[in-house]
Amino acid sequence: MPKMGLSHLETSLLMALVISVVLGITTKKTQNEQLRYGLKCLGYFVGTVFGLGWLMYLGHG
Amino acid sequence: MGEASALATVNKWAPVIAVGWLIPGGGHFLLGKRLRGALLFGCVMLSFVAGMLMRGYLFEWQTGDLFTTLIYCGGYIANLASGIPYLFARWLGYDAPDMAGHVIDYGTKFLVCAGLMNILALVDAFEIATGKKD
Repeated sequence: MPKMGLSHLETSLLMALVISVVLGITTKKTQNEQLRYGLKCLGYFVGTVFGLGWLMYLGHG
Repeated sequence: MGEASALATVNKWAPVIAVGWLIPGGGHFLLGKRLRGALLFGCVMLSFVAGMLMRGYLFEWQTGDLFTTLIYCGGYIANLASGIPYLFARWLGYDAPDMAGHVIDYGTKFLVCAGLMNILALVDAFEIATGKKD
């Protein structure tokens, strides 16, 4: 079986994408709401990844 | 919805839940929500396959102290919630060891996440089947 080795960033973005799609579909009723909520979740996930990444980088000195 | 009405509509939602557990997104297909079903199937399968390709660990039922019980039993239930992908992986002999390594650790999270997403899909399918959601 082939093996996949993604970086931490790639893994986080892939996880963020699939979770955002599922959260969008399962929590909202109309397609428009689902799309907007999915994109909002994705934005929050990606923002948190970069925000915490920079925070750890700067905090590390 | 009360307990009585939930029991009254059991023939509506039970097959949906059964199919939805075995085939991620399958419950939505049964209810005619094909786009949602396809997206849910894609997300759960992508997560599960990515987890396997990263050699993630499939949890065994294991009890002990509180944290061991919580992590291993919770992980086992989450893995089992993936349905057929999990059953096939076990049947075909997938058995990655529980060892240290960041990629393996990511893989384990992806495998657990696939099952948790399928649980969300099942709740959604249940709400659609019982008329609480369109």
